[in-house]
Amino acid sequence: MARITLDGIAHAYRAVPRGDADYALKPLHHVWEHGLAYALLGPSGCGKTTLLNIISGLLIPTEGRLLFDERDVTLLPTEQRNIAQVFQFPVIYDTMTVAENLAFPLKNRRMERRAIAARVAEIGEMLGLTAEMGRRARGLTADARQKVSLGRGLVRPDVSAVLFDEPLTVIDPALKWELRSKLKIVHRTLDLLMIYVTHDQVEALTFADRVVVMNDGRVLQIGTPTELFERPDHTFVGYFIGSPGMNLLPAQVMGRHARVDGHVLDLGATYPASPPGGRVQLGVRPEYATLAAGDGIPVQVRRVEDLGRRRLARVALGPHELVATLPPGLSIAGSEAVLQVEPPNLHVYVDDRRVEGIAA
Amino acid sequence: MNDKAWNNRAWFFVLPVLAFVLFSSLIPMMTVVNYSVQDTMGQNHFFWNGAGWFQNLLDPTTDIGGRFARAIVRNFVFSAAILAIEIPLGILVALSLPRRGWAVGPTLVIIALPMLIPWNVVGTIWQIFARQDIGLLGAVVNKIGIHYNDTEDPVSAWATIVVMDVWHWTSMVALLCYAGLKAIPDAYYQAARIDAARRWSVFLNIELPKLRKVLIIAVLLRFMESFMIYTEPMVVTGGGPGEATSFMSLDLVKIALGQVDLGNAAAYSLIYNLITLTVCWIFFTTMTQLEARKGA
Repeated sequence: MARITLDGIAHAYRAVPRGDADYALKPLHHVWEHGLAYALLGPSGCGKTTLLNIISGLLIPTEGRLLFDERDVTLLPTEQRNIAQVFQFPVIYDTMTVAENLAFPLKNRRMERRAIAARVAEIGEMLGLTAEMGRRARGLTADARQKVSLGRGLVRPDVSAVLFDEPLTVIDPALKWELRSKLKIVHRTLDLLMIYVTHDQVEALTFADRVVVMNDGRVLQIGTPTELFERPDHTFVGYFIGSPGMNLLPAQVMGRHARVDGHVLDLGATYPASPPGGRVQLGVRPEYATLAAGDGIPVQVRRVEDLGRRRLARVALGPHELVATLPPGLSIAGSEAVLQVEPPNLHVYVDDRRVEGIAA
Repeated sequence: MNDKAWNNRAWFFVLPVLAFVLFSSLIPMMTVVNYSVQDTMGQNHFFWNGAGWFQNLLDPTTDIGGRFARAIVRNFVFSAAILAIEIPLGILVALSLPRRGWAVGPTLVIIALPMLIPWNVVGTIWQIFARQDIGLLGAVVNKIGIHYNDTEDPVSAWATIVVMDVWHWTSMVALLCYAGLKAIPDAYYQAARIDAARRWSVFLNIELPKLRKVLIIAVLLRFMESFMIYTEPMVVTGGGPGEATSFMSLDLVKIALGQVDLGNAAAYSLIYNLITLTVCWIFFTTMTQLEARKGA
């Protein structure tokens, strides 16, 4: 039962960091609550794994303090922290059977023999490994091996958190889905804090209660999947979450209205005057930008992509390109069309950060 | 599977290899086979002797047979001794070498130095090193009260040769193991830390299984080379005192070049060759088969 607090944690791989660019992880404050499943989402090299290794103690942070509940564990070695971690590639003790692999972390912590057997059987069953328990681990298939790795991460009953570092990379796409839902069930039954690193947004959004979006060593937004989709705090979040990502249009914002290439859009709220020199952008998700017949902003349709379940149109608004949804039943004759956006789905970004409007 | 074109002319592509193998090993070896079945009274006149030399050699009650049997025993004892020392010691050295940082380069070069010295130079170094009057080792050991004389005492002679081989070749085992250890991904060590595995447990469950393949190669190479050892004991002890360190190769040279006993020498070298081949083959097949069975 634990809460993990990051108090100004930052890390640089260079011994003497010379500037902001040397930090793989920029100073970060965050509290991971017990019982929740978090996903750390971001492109490769954004600092996700660094953050994970700091929590598990494989790395000692350059700055800041790490607290498990109220206890400072910043300098505590890995084996003395109550942390389990599962790696990207299966790590298996080849000389042992599946059951011995699962029992290994418990045996090393001198748990009582009967308790070990019961726990190993329970976790093995949860992961569907019961039939393979007596087999030697080296002959297993890649996904069975990764299941054993996952099992070793989940087997300890007293851990503060289980960390996953892109654990499903090596798994077959069909099995991925199955394993992910299994992990979700395991999470509910074991009531643990789980932190799950991934660069796959679908994985993050389906697994997690809270998604932490990172880029370039910074945490950009922490929120539920819905929050990230409906109200991205940063243009990167808008672009990274969703497929295709959010449309961003350079605009001038004046009170309740925005002007894009000579056309005026209603924002539904009043925005303060943006600071001089700031880059102002208007963001709208393709799902909320619909082509229509009737009133709206005239656009040129470049191309329509039929994705089966929905149709997307690549359109041009003056010099700006964007992606819009083509509602079922509507057919476009020629390249002229009209774009409609509901005001609540329009977001204003100044220098990539979302600005909150004052509803009036 | 069987829809491939059936064309025996493909065998012609094997001919160059066949010709090369013929000239590099089979034809030279046939001259030895030739001597092993013939006898001579001099004047370059040879006559057929059948399996006579072989029968003599393999019968320990004959003079040459007894000599042969004692040499075989010496060879196996020597190979077993150096393997028992060099393999564990090599693993230990490899484990204690630095894996990253500036020290890696210099350490590896220093470790590799003994291997770069030619055999007869190694022999000369140890011959002088072991002398009781001016040799650093010999003089010091005698000073601290241990009787040591590698030219008179068989135990001293054996100890010198075994220690010399360990000095010369442990680095090879160490470097092979080092390469094997470097190939283990960091995640294994990290997982072991997460699992709170103790050092010994990490060695048994991660490092040793990953080293299995390089160790097979190391044992094979060291067995073959130690079984054929010649130059170093030749320079240091000359096979003595008595015949205490007369390994098969030394013995063979004495028969072939010292006594010009061509028939015995030819039979001797063929059987010597067969033993090396057989031991390596048995060793290799059992090791690879054990591997395959464990994988199943």
